Amino acid sequence: MLILHRKSVKKGFDFTLMVAGESGLGKSTLVNSLFLTDLHKDRKLLNAEERISQTVEITKHTVDIEEKGVKLKLTIVDTPGFGDAVNNSECWRPVTDYINQQFEQYFRDESGLNRKNIQDNRVHCCLYFIPPFGHGLRPVDIEFMKILQDKVNVVPLIAKADCLTPSEIKKFKERLREEIDKCGIKIYQFPDCDSDEDEDFKQQDRELKESTPFAVIGSNTVVEARGQRVRGRLYPWGIVEVENPAHCDFVKLRTMLIRTHMHDLKDITNDCHYENYRALCIQTMASKMNADKRVESPIPILPLSTPDVETENLIKKKDEELRRMQQMLQKMQQQMHEQDL
Amino acid sequence: DLELEIPVLHEVPPPLGPLYGEKHSAPVVDFSYVGIDAILEQMRRKAMKQGFELNIMVVGQSGLGKSTLMNTLFKSKVSRKSVLATAQEKIPKTIEIKSISHDIEEKGVRMKLTVIDTPGFGDQINNENCWQPIMRFINDQYEVYLQEEINIDRKKRIPDSRVHCCIYFIPPTGHCLRPLDVEFMRRLSKVVNIVPVIAKADTLTLEERDFFKQKIREELRANGIDVYPQKEFDEDEEDRMINEKIREMIPFAVVGSDQEYQVNGRRLLGRKTKWGTIEVENIAHCEFAYLRDLLIRTHMQNIKDITSTIHYEMYRVRRLNENNTGGGNISPLQLNSSSTLELT
Repeated sequence: MLILHRKSVKKGFDFTLMVAGESGLGKSTLVNSLFLTDLHKDRKLLNAEERISQTVEITKHTVDIEEKGVKLKLTIVDTPGFGDAVNNSECWRPVTDYINQQFEQYFRDESGLNRKNIQDNRVHCCLYFIPPFGHGLRPVDIEFMKILQDKVNVVPLIAKADCLTPSEIKKFKERLREEIDKCGIKIYQFPDCDSDEDEDFKQQDRELKESTPFAVIGSNTVVEARGQRVRGRLYPWGIVEVENPAHCDFVKLRTMLIRTHMHDLKDITNDCHYENYRALCIQTMASKMNADKRVESPIPILPLSTPDVETENLIKKKDEELRRMQQMLQKMQQQMHEQDL
Repeated sequence: DLELEIPVLHEVPPPLGPLYGEKHSAPVVDFSYVGIDAILEQMRRKAMKQGFELNIMVVGQSGLGKSTLMNTLFKSKVSRKSVLATAQEKIPKTIEIKSISHDIEEKGVRMKLTVIDTPGFGDQINNENCWQPIMRFINDQYEVYLQEEINIDRKKRIPDSRVHCCIYFIPPTGHCLRPLDVEFMRRLSKVVNIVPVIAKADTLTLEERDFFKQKIREELRANGIDVYPQKEFDEDEEDRMINEKIREMIPFAVVGSDQEYQVNGRRLLGRKTKWGTIEVENIAHCEFAYLRDLLIRTHMQNIKDITSTIHYEMYRVRRLNENNTGGGNISPLQLNSSSTLELT
């Protein structure tokens, strides 16, 4: 066990987090607050004119974080343009395409010959930002979460929670939980803790579960509050402290995402969402094979929506590898057949 | 409404008397005082007797505090939600236009306030053309007024259901206007007075608010959107000075509340959070007071005037011209009463 642990620590962990939601909900600020980074320093904010013709993009930022000898390769996938247009029909498509591409890449890698250094770029968690201004889920929220529930761990958050009073937050959370239930949306569920865990851990676990969806606030600025320097937001009427559990659920989110459930998120991604994808693929392939009765490549070729040159070259290389493998297989089958005769 | 230009003869106090405790014993009579300025008092008394109408439309996505802001502005439960106590807020599948009228009285002055709500605006996944039902409603009110005006046997006081002011609620993203905001304001500013506000502004720090406002003003300019008070309708230098100050401050960042809290021994309208209480009428906290002053205390009459003398007149001219195929003035009898001006 210890050897395994040491090896993993040496190798480091990787984690891919996606953030989705309309512009101006504090996604970038929250990510920076969570990981104490400044990933979006020089980003350009588009004005309304430019946004009219903007489509939903997928952007990636990778950062290596090290803390107490443990290395984490963190990838943040952002979805600028989501939900910003006048007509947002199918604005989720670039997002699902991206998630599928990562699954497909992993599928190919897993089925390939050299599996020693497979990179896991699959999206392990998607933080979905719900505006605090509404009365509950909006049509775009319901559609997005329903489409993504089977592809990634969806963790809905209440964004910019400092515009809500404590009673408003309570009501809003209840409303959201009700609607998520009613619409049958499968969001990420915290696993139940083992019965042999200590009472403190169980209590913490209970509190975590009861405060979902988390109401979050982010900040990259340090302010002076109660004689201490804390991360917060300075208003004329008071100071919001990001890490104060009485002010918002930021700490709970950080605990859940990084400190206690990161591994579970990866596991569920691997055991559920990826398996769903893989099963679907193989099914599609099998039905195609039955239809054609031809020997097809064991790796499915799904249509990629926007393959860039780099990806295309990678695909070509993999295809070559597979063709060689296929030839080898055929030769082996031939030999076996001859032996049987 | 009468528009009088009252020439100032020279400043003369009204006739004195023992009631005023003045030192003069004999009454002072000034031969150069005619008393024309007394007409203001007559107008005031008549206005108080008649009362007046104000029609405000509120437009914005669900949950931006439109109803609460109306209740805060008029310190009474005037919004649709307060009147129709529906259990849960459901987003309608299409945009609805709902009007609720109330009679409000203050110090003997009566006002018939109509709040026009537009639930469903901007809430769908596809919001293309969501401005159309609103545009149609506004034009319909102009049409109703026009029809009454051109009637042979018309009412002494035409009931005024025209939208005097449309408050547009911008979500406090802190970045810039969204395509939907630009689209709506660009079209509607041509037919109605638009007053944009930053809704739920208690989520922006003062710096963020200033940056946001600047971006918005830039974008309004860049898109040729003229919001109230429009530059081209400034009547004189005095107007221009006052309005320029307002134009440098809009959109007002507002916070609404219909709940009172005890702050420093006083009961104030506000929002109580764990880190402090936001006082709605405190200008150090938000700009609600500026909005209230603009809409009610200083520019209410001006808003109505611009609606009737400019927006309505433009509608009327277009409408009469579209029926005019041969050129020249036509008799109102030829006006087709069943068609409203086509939406452009």
